[in-house]
Amino acid sequence: MTGDPGGGSAPFIRLEGIVKRFGAIEALRGVSLAIPPATTLALLGHNGAGKSTLMNILAGTLRPDRGAILIAGEDHAAHWQARRAYGLGIRCVFQELSLCPNLDAVENTRILHREISGRGWRRRTEALLEETLGRIFGGAKLDLRHPVGGLSLAARQMIEIARAFLPIPAPPRLVILDEPTSSLGAQAAEALLRFLPEAHRDGTAVIFISHRLREVLTHCRRVVGMRDGEITAERDAAELTPEGLVELMGSARAAATSDEARAKERDRVRVSLRLPSLPGGPSALIAREAEIVGLAGLDGHGQRASLLRLFAAAQGARMPDVRLDGRVAYVSGDRPREGVFPLWTVGHNLTVGLIRRIQRWGWLSAAQEREIAEDWRGRLQVRAPSIATPILALSGGNQQKVLIARALAAEPDILLLDDPMRGVDIGTKRELFAVLRDEAARGRTILLYTTETEELVHCDRTYVFFEGRLADEIPRAAFNEERLLRASFAHAA
Amino acid sequence: MPPDASRPRLSAPFRLSPLAARPLLAALALLLMFAVIVWREPRAASYLGLRLLLNFSIPLMFAAFAAMAVIVLGDIDLGLGPFIGLANVISARWLAGNPSLAALLLVLSLLAYAAMGALIAARRLPSIVITLGASFIWLGAGLLILPTPGGAAPDWLAALLRLHTPFVPLPLWLAVALALAGQILFITSPAGVVLRGFGGAPEALIRAGWSLIAAKSFLYGLAGAFGILAGLALTGINTTGDANFGTPYTLLAIAAVIVGGGEFAGGIVSPPGTVIGALILLLSGALLSFLDVSTDWQLSVQGGILILVLALRALLRKRDAHAA
Repeated sequence: MTGDPGGGSAPFIRLEGIVKRFGAIEALRGVSLAIPPATTLALLGHNGAGKSTLMNILAGTLRPDRGAILIAGEDHAAHWQARRAYGLGIRCVFQELSLCPNLDAVENTRILHREISGRGWRRRTEALLEETLGRIFGGAKLDLRHPVGGLSLAARQMIEIARAFLPIPAPPRLVILDEPTSSLGAQAAEALLRFLPEAHRDGTAVIFISHRLREVLTHCRRVVGMRDGEITAERDAAELTPEGLVELMGSARAAATSDEARAKERDRVRVSLRLPSLPGGPSALIAREAEIVGLAGLDGHGQRASLLRLFAAAQGARMPDVRLDGRVAYVSGDRPREGVFPLWTVGHNLTVGLIRRIQRWGWLSAAQEREIAEDWRGRLQVRAPSIATPILALSGGNQQKVLIARALAAEPDILLLDDPMRGVDIGTKRELFAVLRDEAARGRTILLYTTETEELVHCDRTYVFFEGRLADEIPRAAFNEERLLRASFAHAA
Repeated sequence: MPPDASRPRLSAPFRLSPLAARPLLAALALLLMFAVIVWREPRAASYLGLRLLLNFSIPLMFAAFAAMAVIVLGDIDLGLGPFIGLANVISARWLAGNPSLAALLLVLSLLAYAAMGALIAARRLPSIVITLGASFIWLGAGLLILPTPGGAAPDWLAALLRLHTPFVPLPLWLAVALALAGQILFITSPAGVVLRGFGGAPEALIRAGWSLIAAKSFLYGLAGAFGILAGLALTGINTTGDANFGTPYTLLAIAAVIVGGGEFAGGIVSPPGTVIGALILLLSGALLSFLDVSTDWQLSVQGGILILVLALRALLRKRDAHAA
């Protein structure tokens, strides 16, 4: 869909048919977007919608595979890079901070702005930075000569934002703010939003990415929704309600329903974790025997932290707000970092959790080890020639099967799955979910954290997180994507 | 994240940051060592005494600066010592008789060092492996050039190192000059900010459009240049060449950077601190002999100093974390 320039004036920058691939994944499939000068444009979308890729392309840190980047009628796509984007007045405040922790605010400013040089550059830059910080955030006094690694997250974010708006050599033409308010305090966030009109008077356009819908509606003029690497809609903010925003991000697809009848819920509560909740949200995360419970929401809103708290409690950490009934196992989807022993065979990877059980007179029993490994290889249909195959010879999906088999072989009552299907193909995913359902039917409790909506369909209930709080609890029968999105963006039904 | 947890920290302009305090502490330690030496042997404070005491600080300071140029990137150079040995044998074998050949070989080896930096940056290789591998090449080349110790220093080089400077001997002037030049190049100049930035968060620099390959080529090239200076200084002092002369400098140089306030990672170094660190490690040997302790203990003392510095630092960091 082509964006029409708002407000009648010619757009500052126009993207046409931008395509970006990473291997087999198409992160952007033909995005066209016109950014009018001196307005704030909001960009909304779920994780993986392609927002970050689009921002990186605008900032010049990625070059598009296809498409045009038009500024004042000239196509820059072929030679697009960070230096050129900077020269054209484009600045980007990335979500993960891009400040050097060992340098102070003044020095970090110099890294972005090469024009700064000559005698007394520190003094001049400090004065300019102080003035810009004052304009944006009012009275907040920051230590600009202290390495930023020692400053609070909010202070660092303020410095990075001020650095982007610095009028060197002239006020920027476009500033991209990727979730700037989530690490700022409430006051500073409000100050930043109030500053935007002033920036527009200098001719600066702003692209604003936020998951707080109220901010978007009150402070942005145009709203662009993204999904699966495409722009799904573009509207004037004045025409929109919060519900309308949620619809922009996803077509209201009916939930995939599974007609297979599941074993009836039993009553025994195996896991209970008290958490703060949003208005209308549940006050605790509960998981019962023979249940698969999903943990959903945008990435990094407290799902993994909750799983890790549960696991820490299982390891004996004192956690008054956690109740666990049964043995716990944990599987991570981050295979290289915390799952696989890369030099070992499939069999050894599978049985490493059982070393205490398969001993005889203090020695490992190779026969028992083999037997257990073969058993689980069959049950999970691990596609490996034998259990003696090196684990790295397997596909990612099959490595993940081995890790889940390792956890299941320890016969846990409660299985914590931390985004376990990352990088697993669809066929393998289906097989794994069949195994998980079987195991749940035998009475195991499974907690599944995932950012993939399709995986939540397998869950009996899904808890939705927002900024560390519970926003909603969706039973399987009521699950649909719209309700999930609504809760993920803190707009409980 | 709850909004309250992110209140900005207020400025504290009068507090000396712990990082800035490190070179000062090292300087105090150096003065203390020197005081002990003078107390045992007052003649050490004379012009000639200082000159004898500090004679070998010249190659060590150059070597420490070479190590610093790599450590500022968060890399480690394990090939520095053998490289210094190579520069030593090249200059001892040819600099007197065939200076153009010696100059050519030294320039080539400098370029090889810069190329090693480019390779490490371009392929994102671990510096520790590449420089260790390269160390065998430097040592092997050195042994090919001079299989047995020998050669000679050109007269001008030996004279240069014996230069009678006003007020204090040459090593002290050199120490001051290196500290100042390093402070400007690495700390106060805008270019130095970029170089240190690459040690702190290379991704942030790349996003801002800087080239990692250019930065690493430059700094490894700089390390090569200082390594060559260290090798030449060895030739001038010893008036002979030996491919193995340089070997101990690998770790001594790294230790000097750390004792002087540098960190193995994160782009934190102090050029004046590095000079002081080099002097501390050098004087540790002299201190022992003046205290009538066998110099066999010198290595242990140098190691002990390093452990002490790192332990103190860890302690201070803990206190800082509590105070925050």
